[in-house]
Amino acid sequence: MEQMIPLTIDGVRVEVPAGTTVLEASRLAGVKIPTLCYLKDINQSGGCRMCVVDTGARAFQAACVLPVTKDMVVKTITPELREARKTLLQLVLSNHDKQCLSCIRSQNCELQKLSRDLGVDSGAEYSGAMNQYSIDNTSVSIVRDNNKCIICRRCVAACDKIQNIGVIGATLRGFKTTIASPWNLHLAEMACINCGQCITVCPVGALHEKDDTATVWKYLNDPTKHVVVQPAPAVRAALGEEFGLPMGTSVTGKMVAALRRLGFNKIFDTDFAADLTIMEEATELVDRITNKGVLPMITSCSPGWIKFCEHYYPEFLPNLSTCKSPHEMEGAMIKSYYAEKAGIDPKDIIVVSVMPCTAKKFEAQRPELSNGGYPDVDVVITTRELARMIKMANIDFNKLPDEDFDDLLGESSGASVIFGATGGVMEAALRTAYEVITGTELKDVNFTAVRGVEGIKEASVKIGDMDVNVAVTSSTGMATKLLDAVKRGEKNYAFIEVMGCPGGCVNGGGQPIVDSATRAEVDIRSERAKALYNEDAAKTIRKSHENPSIKKIYADYLGKPNSHKAHELLHTTYQARPKYSK
Amino acid sequence: MDFYRAQVLVCGGTGCTSSGSGEIIERFEEQIVKNGLDKEVKIVRTGCFGLCAAGPVVIVYPEGTFYSRVRAEDVDEIVSEHLIKGRIVQHLVYKDKNHEEEHNMALENIEFYKKQKRIALRNCGVIDPENIDEYIAFDGYQALSKVLTEMKPEDVIKTVLDSGLRGRGGAGFPTGMKWKFAAASKADQKYMVCNADEGDPGAFMDRSVLEGDPHAVIEAMTIGGYAIGASEGYVYVRAEYPIAVKRLEIAIGQAREYGLLGKNILGSGFDFDVFVRLGAGAFVCGEETALMASIEGQRGEPRPKPPFPAIKGLFEAPTNINNVETFANIPQIILKGADWFKSIGTEKSSGTKVFALGGKINNTGLVEIPMGTTLREIIFDIGGGIPNGKKFKAVQTGGPSGGCIPTEHLDIPIEYDTLTQIGSMMGSGGMIVMDEDNCMVDIARFFLDFTVDESCGKCTPCRIGTRRMLEILERIVKGQGKEGDIEKLEALAKNIKATALCGLGQTAPNPVLSTLKYFRGEYEAHIKEKRCPAHHCQALLNYTITDKCRGCTACVKVCPVTAISGVVKEKHVIDATKCIKCGSCVEKCRFGAIEKR
Repeated sequence: MEQMIPLTIDGVRVEVPAGTTVLEASRLAGVKIPTLCYLKDINQSGGCRMCVVDTGARAFQAACVLPVTKDMVVKTITPELREARKTLLQLVLSNHDKQCLSCIRSQNCELQKLSRDLGVDSGAEYSGAMNQYSIDNTSVSIVRDNNKCIICRRCVAACDKIQNIGVIGATLRGFKTTIASPWNLHLAEMACINCGQCITVCPVGALHEKDDTATVWKYLNDPTKHVVVQPAPAVRAALGEEFGLPMGTSVTGKMVAALRRLGFNKIFDTDFAADLTIMEEATELVDRITNKGVLPMITSCSPGWIKFCEHYYPEFLPNLSTCKSPHEMEGAMIKSYYAEKAGIDPKDIIVVSVMPCTAKKFEAQRPELSNGGYPDVDVVITTRELARMIKMANIDFNKLPDEDFDDLLGESSGASVIFGATGGVMEAALRTAYEVITGTELKDVNFTAVRGVEGIKEASVKIGDMDVNVAVTSSTGMATKLLDAVKRGEKNYAFIEVMGCPGGCVNGGGQPIVDSATRAEVDIRSERAKALYNEDAAKTIRKSHENPSIKKIYADYLGKPNSHKAHELLHTTYQARPKYSK
Repeated sequence: MDFYRAQVLVCGGTGCTSSGSGEIIERFEEQIVKNGLDKEVKIVRTGCFGLCAAGPVVIVYPEGTFYSRVRAEDVDEIVSEHLIKGRIVQHLVYKDKNHEEEHNMALENIEFYKKQKRIALRNCGVIDPENIDEYIAFDGYQALSKVLTEMKPEDVIKTVLDSGLRGRGGAGFPTGMKWKFAAASKADQKYMVCNADEGDPGAFMDRSVLEGDPHAVIEAMTIGGYAIGASEGYVYVRAEYPIAVKRLEIAIGQAREYGLLGKNILGSGFDFDVFVRLGAGAFVCGEETALMASIEGQRGEPRPKPPFPAIKGLFEAPTNINNVETFANIPQIILKGADWFKSIGTEKSSGTKVFALGGKINNTGLVEIPMGTTLREIIFDIGGGIPNGKKFKAVQTGGPSGGCIPTEHLDIPIEYDTLTQIGSMMGSGGMIVMDEDNCMVDIARFFLDFTVDESCGKCTPCRIGTRRMLEILERIVKGQGKEGDIEKLEALAKNIKATALCGLGQTAPNPVLSTLKYFRGEYEAHIKEKRCPAHHCQALLNYTITDKCRGCTACVKVCPVTAISGVVKEKHVIDATKCIKCGSCVEKCRFGAIEKR
């Protein structure tokens, strides 16, 4: 049994399990201590000192790292503490680029909020020298602006602890301390996987996605271009948050309506291509199992994961499914099948993907992901960028009617929707593989063993007389553990799903940013995933191979899964990459 | 064993080595061979004697003659006169103010040593630190054998507790308590760590112990390892201490060879080994949690406490960390007992403390005094007072974490608690003396500049707060101080003390606070009157030519900005608007006619 520790916080008596921090305990006492560098489970370093409390010790202590002790008496609000926090905040602001009005994080900035809450204005009280940095925009996905960095190191913790990559870290010391890559190399020169987890944990505007909205506006305003858009499954599960809707609200219909009003010529759905991916990938899996191909086969939907594998685990490249990721398949079909059907020259077609992901920006630029000289996807914008475009276009999102995707490449099954959550690809693949292999109907389509937010999930699925061992993991940090176990021969799987971000695409680096106070109370991963599982459950067609549009595309155009034509359009190759490009 | 009729001890500490003691040793060795004395006379390279101001130091036994400022070319004379003819070389013998006439000065008669009591430094300057046999001959490793054969770990801890030994690294936490906590943690692996990352400007206590008596530290770590149940020890030492590192490594090698480190030490079944880890010279790595991070290969940054190292330390295992000087006391405490140690010093601070005397003092060097000795005794009796007849102004203890102590507190006995009460601290033992020419604002600026440079950058108050304080101080010494600057300094100091993550940050404002407390007038003179009372701050000085001027025009020629004018053989004048205060004219003037005020 857990030992319970009684203590008093601001006069309120609480009992918490041993090992709890004062910050966590304070929540039970109805006390909200301000924080800045704190990020639950990811960054608890006591660095910014904003959460200092008075325990009667010689100096104030940081609540985020202070374990409770029996009968401790904690004060979180005294005139001295208020003054101390104000001074700390003024010091932070004295070395911060305060161009707040146009900052990408204005109104969603933890520093700004704290300043408002504590009544601190400019930091002019302690003005002095400021560090000046050039902005690193070498990466196609991520922009780093150290002039806004407050050295909270949440990005460093995310890169290192969640993703096990560590391409950024603290360098120099004292006032000159800054976050940088080794030898001050640019991010593009590092083995960065572009996952953008650093962006989603940044409390200020020091990290943001490379903004590609201007390119999209340019194409939308170009009458010679036929601009087709496709949103990924996870986008609909989070876009609403940008418009004040509760986390986990599915906004598929409003999203389609908004895209249409922005002026896109066709609104297709990456979900359709997710179904297509299942057809190709399930077939590839069956082929690898029956023809003794390289196993375990590992999914290839997540571009962060793919780049991770290329840099850090090139020995697993033969294990990667050769399937392109869904939006790339969709792009390839738009510029071939749809172009033919609609009688449009593919050179005039622009494919815009709306993704929960910053790594997709890099993926879209891979030369191997093109066909006939045209890239499958021309521009990738993130969920956040789409929200910005909608706001800029005077669209009152919450008042929009629900609308449907356009035909041909817009219809999808429930299996495709859950691609956005960890375990979703696995579950979708199993639904199809089961019926393809056994030829009998799958009674219960819910493979709950592979759902949920645990870092590594395992299941053994009976398909006919075969026991298929599968594993699902999300975040490259967890993938490291899983791959190492496979390498050591401790684990034996036929099929592994890897998503680069923890919890899968719903928690991708391009998704709406959630502040640390909310993160401390809500699990973003499961909240957003709920929207997807609800949408799946509400669908009548829940298996990819039953999607009528999928049946049609094979009958009309591709022949059968893994056909020559399918290979040409829907499959790709990988390359080992070095850790440093210099 | 060989016997010699005479032994020549040459200081091989860093100070004497850099002023040529290596050459002196070579010359001695050459000369005794040349004169056929190599079977009769032994040359020993020892650790530091402490009286660095008189270095290079050579002592000839059996007489115990103390030769100072010896040069390599003096060696022939010492050999031919002293070693062959038995006649002391008078002009090389050290003399202090009370013994100007004495011609055979021996160590025990020298004022510098009279009030000292050497426990931690007992072998420094006495034995050859690179020879384990010499250490053993001076009771070395006896304490370890006593511990392993006669004492249980809890007895060892009790002895250390009862001795009242407190951490010599600065904070003064009772060493026995630390050991007790680490012993109480249950774990398969524990570590004993020696903090040799001495970083205070001008401090070299730990360096001298490691250079002069490395085995004492190894023996103590092994005893500590036995007490807390650790089987591995690390010495974290600055890479800037090459001699200390070398001797430590030699000593570890010898101890292993003798079976005093390694498996089954002295047949007791106890295993312990020591490894050296080099620090890259970050001051913050002297903070115990930062030190452990550095050993682990992480960026040297402090971690929050709790958890304390005794619970979760190096590689997450229970760890005990003590400073070099603390360890150096341990073997003596074990051998002579807790009561003996407690009888030295004061009730709350037992034993002795080593200080590195520096700054405006005659006898620059290393001293070990019983706790309770007054600052006055150290500075005026042992240290020989202030050079050039200048007036004492303040003494800075505790390095960048300490404070400046003015004349009014010179008679307080040195103890952990008394020093803290007057706004300074014991610290690791740096003691910098200042005279009337030192500007206290500039002294505060100097120490803060050091802290700002050495801040790890992890926590906000230290990273930005100390920098802002420094900026204010820099303004003040440049004559750009503003009304409200003192209050701003005080507000920042209060904030940093209360909120910084580690001890270094929390104490960083001390030099400013203590100078504000005792020398506030100097701050006010800088800010309000744009005047530096010590005539030190360049920007606030004005050069003027007095009536002593003979009109020789030498200053006119040397002035780089043609600020000086005048008629030959008549008094010249300096145009203050042109003068850049470079001081060239002062240096050039043969008549002392140019004053800076």
